[in-house]
Amino acid sequence: MTVKECYDAIGANYEEIMGRLRTEERVKKFLLKVLSDKSYDLLIQSIEERNMEEAFRAAHTMKGVSQNLSLTRFYHSSNELAELLRDRHDYGADIEPVLEKVKEDYAQMIEQIRKLEG
Amino acid sequence: MNQRENGRIRKKILIVDDSEFNRSLLSDMLSDEYEILEAEHGMEAAGILHSQEQEIALMLLDIVMPVMDGFETLAIMNKNGWIKSIPVIMISAETVPTYVDRAYDLGVKDYISRPFDERTVRRRVVNTLILFAKQKELEHMVTEQIMEKEKSNKLMIEILSNIVEFRNGESGLHVVHIRTLTELFMRNLLEKTDEYDISPKDIPLVCNASALHDIGKIVIPEEILNKPGRLTEEEFAVMKTHSEEGAKILERIPMLEDEPLLRTAYQICRWHHERYDGRGYPDGLKGDEIPIVAQIVALADVYDALTSKRAYKKAFSHEKAVDMILNGECGTFNPLLLECLRDIEGTLEKEFKELSEKGDSQKEIANTVEQMMEGGELSVSEHSIRLLEHERMKYQFFATLSREIQFEYTKTPEMLILSEWGAKYLNMPETILTPREARFGTEVFNKDDFEQLLGDLENTTPEDPMVEEIYLLNINGQRRWSKVISKSMWGEGEPPEYAGAIGKIADIHEDMEKMNKLESRAAHDSLTGLLNHKTARGRISETLAKDEEQRYILIVFDLDHFKDANDTYGHLFGDEVLKHVAETLKNSTRNEDICARMGGDEFLIFMPYKEEAESQVKRIFGLLCDKYKEFQISVSIGVAYAENCGRDYDTLFHMADEALYEAKRGGRKAYRFYNKDGNES
Repeated sequence: MTVKECYDAIGANYEEIMGRLRTEERVKKFLLKVLSDKSYDLLIQSIEERNMEEAFRAAHTMKGVSQNLSLTRFYHSSNELAELLRDRHDYGADIEPVLEKVKEDYAQMIEQIRKLEG
Repeated sequence: MNQRENGRIRKKILIVDDSEFNRSLLSDMLSDEYEILEAEHGMEAAGILHSQEQEIALMLLDIVMPVMDGFETLAIMNKNGWIKSIPVIMISAETVPTYVDRAYDLGVKDYISRPFDERTVRRRVVNTLILFAKQKELEHMVTEQIMEKEKSNKLMIEILSNIVEFRNGESGLHVVHIRTLTELFMRNLLEKTDEYDISPKDIPLVCNASALHDIGKIVIPEEILNKPGRLTEEEFAVMKTHSEEGAKILERIPMLEDEPLLRTAYQICRWHHERYDGRGYPDGLKGDEIPIVAQIVALADVYDALTSKRAYKKAFSHEKAVDMILNGECGTFNPLLLECLRDIEGTLEKEFKELSEKGDSQKEIANTVEQMMEGGELSVSEHSIRLLEHERMKYQFFATLSREIQFEYTKTPEMLILSEWGAKYLNMPETILTPREARFGTEVFNKDDFEQLLGDLENTTPEDPMVEEIYLLNINGQRRWSKVISKSMWGEGEPPEYAGAIGKIADIHEDMEKMNKLESRAAHDSLTGLLNHKTARGRISETLAKDEEQRYILIVFDLDHFKDANDTYGHLFGDEVLKHVAETLKNSTRNEDICARMGGDEFLIFMPYKEEAESQVKRIFGLLCDKYKEFQISVSIGVAYAENCGRDYDTLFHMADEALYEAKRGGRKAYRFYNKDGNES
């Protein structure tokens, strides 16, 4: 699988990322870093523990990372979650559907990026 | 990677972002041209800035971070003045206008929003660096080249006057001597009189100006200036022009009139060879027509010339020089100044000796002069930064060698910076934020101890800043006696503000253990391991002093016919008997009882009792009357109640001793209680 194919498969913008990061080598290097980024685990854990401040920071980091890599689809879902969590102190039912979308997009994205490994 | 680019050290950029991903992305974009330092949040960044402010060329700062966010970081940078020396570019996905405005208000130079674009990031960094460099260059010109500040003045003047002296073949100490003498004379003169138009706050200025007194010698031909023998009359006439020439050099500087330093230097240059009687040169001024600053420097110059070795003369001793001046052999001076010379005579020699011991800094200046004369490239500030770097390397090296935990504590932001070695040893980060709440202040130190230490430091004064204390610390799970030596640090304001402290923690556990053992050995009888009488007396007195109820008895006893044991079986056997008795005592008393061997075969026991005391005395009596090998041990016991002794040990002892005597008189192998009528109970 090529980097472009991967980008196409996960609803990400290949042209834009090449315009900003300039080399496919660098794009791939940082795309693979997403696999080891702990923010997703932190997000899930913080939500479970109802630590909303930490959850916001985790979502915010994921949003930043996906934005930096032009992972457009995941950027939209993580951004929506981050905005929902901003200055939030309590968990609410409204978080659930947004969180579900993040989980879904994340799983699909990770599955594709794994194919670039090795 | 290449440490140097075009022969220059790569600039350092500090990236502050909690996301490792973002840091490495930025680092990836910049690391080919810059050296990158990373921090996870503002506090860590503050730690780095604290120690490396001078080296950081630029900072990239995220807003949303744990522990200390971007805005708080900017606030700290403003408070510590770092914002003035380090340009900050804000990086964030936050594009809310209020955020951006607030960042600019706090001194941010530029703003990069996510997602990062390589060309944008690089361009913004370069632009900011260039702009900031320009600004710094201007500041530099203002401070160092136009010499507006007294501080840089001094160094420039020192260099300038050293150039003159190098040409003159003199040591360079002359200028320093003149400076010191001028200061001493001026201080003394100001104590005596206020008739002159100078005040204590002018002292640094006059001292600086005094260093320039001989700059006119730069125009004197080398052959005359450095002629080994005496000068001919013509040559001397040329030499004499140096005072006027020096004044002319200064006159040509356009700002002479507005610049107190130059005005003073002009007076000194022109008139430091005038004489009080009007027979000096160049203008033949008389008495107080000669500006007082020139009079002062003239006297300093003569004194230093006399006490220094010159091409044409030996150095005179301090006493001889003072005599010659006071006798008028070297010109005439203001009588008031001669009085000053007499006053400071005693301290002069000592001051000078200290100065020549400080020769190193002198050499430093000499080196700088040489370098400037060779190429003139090295700017003073770069030189100082290199020295600073060198000092830090040295410091780090010694800190590692000493195996001591060294620390620096700052009050705002409250943090503790450990030496590299110390941090590794304690298994902690080098920068510890809010140390009172961190493991350092709650686990390594007992919380109260740490608060006490910080409190003690804050209560010191700049005059007496040392705090020394021994604490039992928890070092990696082990309780270790440690000595903390620290010194408080103060700001420059008036009154000085407490800023923090530096210090070290030395492990003295082994020494303390040894000391405790020695103390314990001194308190015990070496044969039996019981306490000795002196220590027992002390402890009993303590108990008597503080206990309310006083329900104690003192038992004293000795072994009956012990001399027979010694005589029959030998002294070694006698010792064994004593040890046996001691063992019996140890086994039949409790921890709170005090047992001691007073010497020979005499022992004592001090113990509490509840309802009555006789049964326990009886029990001990029974246990002691025992057989050791062939020797039948029996004891005579005297007992006294503490409540009758008026809290005085000696009285108590006397009573028990009296009872013991009764027991013996009654035929030994018995116990007796003291009663004040002298009858046994």
